[in-house]
Amino acid sequence: MNPLKLFGNGRRRERSRDSAGAQRHTVTSGEVDVSHGPILYLENVTVSFDGFKALNELTLYIDDGELRCIIGPNGAGKTTMMDVITGKTRPDSGTAFFGQTMDLTRMSEYEIASAGIGRKFQKPTVFPRHTVFENLELAMRADKRVWPSLWARLDGEQRDRIAEVLETVMLSDQQTLRAAELSHGQKQWLEIGMLLMQDPRVLLVDEPIAGMTHQETEHTAELLISLAGSRSVVVVEHDMAFVRSIARKVTVLHEGHVLAEGNMDEVQNHPSVIEVYLGS
Amino acid sequence: MPNKGLLLRILEHDTGGKIFLSLLAVAAVLVSVLNLTVPEASALHVSTYTVTLLGKYLCYALLAVALDLVWGYCGILSLGHAAFFALGGYCMGMYLMRQIGERGVYGNPELPDFMVFLNWTELPWYWFGFDQFWFAMLMVVLVPGVLALVFGWFAFRSRVTGVYLSIITQALTFALMLAFFRNEMGFGGNNGLTDFKEILGFNLQSDATRVGLFLMSALTLAVAYFVARYVVNSKLGRVVVAVRDAEDRARFIGYKVESFKLWIFVFSAMLAGIAGALYVPQVGIINPSEFSPLNSIELVVWVAVGGRGTLYGALLGALLVNFAKTYFTGALPEVWLFALGALFVVVTLFLPHGLVGLLKRRRKKAALKEAPT
Repeated sequence: MNPLKLFGNGRRRERSRDSAGAQRHTVTSGEVDVSHGPILYLENVTVSFDGFKALNELTLYIDDGELRCIIGPNGAGKTTMMDVITGKTRPDSGTAFFGQTMDLTRMSEYEIASAGIGRKFQKPTVFPRHTVFENLELAMRADKRVWPSLWARLDGEQRDRIAEVLETVMLSDQQTLRAAELSHGQKQWLEIGMLLMQDPRVLLVDEPIAGMTHQETEHTAELLISLAGSRSVVVVEHDMAFVRSIARKVTVLHEGHVLAEGNMDEVQNHPSVIEVYLGS
Repeated sequence: MPNKGLLLRILEHDTGGKIFLSLLAVAAVLVSVLNLTVPEASALHVSTYTVTLLGKYLCYALLAVALDLVWGYCGILSLGHAAFFALGGYCMGMYLMRQIGERGVYGNPELPDFMVFLNWTELPWYWFGFDQFWFAMLMVVLVPGVLALVFGWFAFRSRVTGVYLSIITQALTFALMLAFFRNEMGFGGNNGLTDFKEILGFNLQSDATRVGLFLMSALTLAVAYFVARYVVNSKLGRVVVAVRDAEDRARFIGYKVESFKLWIFVFSAMLAGIAGALYVPQVGIINPSEFSPLNSIELVVWVAVGGRGTLYGALLGALLVNFAKTYFTGALPEVWLFALGALFVVVTLFLPHGLVGLLKRRRKKAALKEAPT
């Protein structure tokens, strides 16, 4: 194995940052401009890994405040799409904008997160050695630069906010436990709780109900539905029953581009979706 | 004392730290008194040799705390931390060299002996200012700090992690060693800097100065421990641990991970520099072998043996391993390296959390036994 390959990731990022060139500061911080309706604009986004096109001219708009479900077979590009939105992967071509003004392809991961895009990973990712409370504290919307963190103290309002989210994700009794000791479903919730603490405008939620019991699943569905409206929620999920229970609008991805879009019934009766899912 | 509340608050949940700092205070006073007031003939007398040896251990303990901050808390396994220690030591050494003045072998008031020997006629520019104690002390933290800043900035920004980062840090200290071996560098080549006479006007050979340096080491270690404990207890400390455990998650909740790594790395390098500066006047010499990669690896062994990610574990490890080293290199010199190697293997295999982890496990078991089921 070529050890330099492991450095490759960093290099590729650098190159794309350089190619952004002189005008990389078209990024404007502050409020997200959603005056035209959509909050996320992906246009003609292509990402390829060693010749394989994970995303192929993907064009997708997410409206402000909507709850969108994204489905598709394995390898359809769902996770890659989230990687592009959160800055983990840079597209080879195409544009990704947050509101009218923020160019996501020129922002780093932490800038995107601070701007208001939160993400839940497919595999629940929490800080295992921190307590549930500390996990939420770390995620809380606050000044996240180095020096302010050194002097940061929780005030009453912030404690209330954490207590409130603990309540929402039903982890109040577990708040002093280390996150590693939680069950799989509880970890999923903790991660959703961390998303809520960030107070994002857009939540990207990758397979939220994997490993959850029936009741937990129901609760998650209620939670996601209640979040939509005040913020946009994008859910990637395999479980069709779950998607049906929450979805207003569904997008089907296939081989890196949008195959069909519409409400659940429209999508399920779409001839090319039937072909992809059932074979011809 | 108005600060007492603050100090106690910092140590609130740190039983190990409380025990260590109390022992340190008692030992510091006891050793000083037994050295200075008890006559040499008495069995209770502590020799100046022992005082200096203990002072040296305390410097190592401080270095171990510094490494624990980056390795134990941030997961950056630096195999070149002795480089920062040596750089701090060289800064102190340069000050001590300038203090020799006309008392050198060649009697040159301006140039250290080795420069006269090399037929240099004037002091290189980078030696200016080192006749001032305050300037030298500033450099003790700035030089390691700036090196760590530049090195860390490149390494963390390019997202070099894990074993690759360790190898690069090892290369860093090795490169510095080779550079300092060269006479043209102006740091005394392979002889390094030695023959020191006095520090701030106090004779370095006198018992009182030796005790003073030992007490300074103890005090510095205690202060550094408090500061380090404050840092790891702060939100910054929690972010650093978060970066260690789930770097991507930390990034996606909005932390600029590189900056946090860089901060803790630079802070740690500065502590290491201070440890080196306290070490040099006590051992009386600093030479390029301090940059030797083996030193940095030994340092990692101390922290691993004690138990990383606790601060006091690093302290304990540094003291124990060095006591053992002093004993074995005296009693069975040929065995020491094997013993050190075996120690590392045993700790890695059986005590992943070091001795502190072992104690904690014991306590937990005892607590379980006591609790009615």
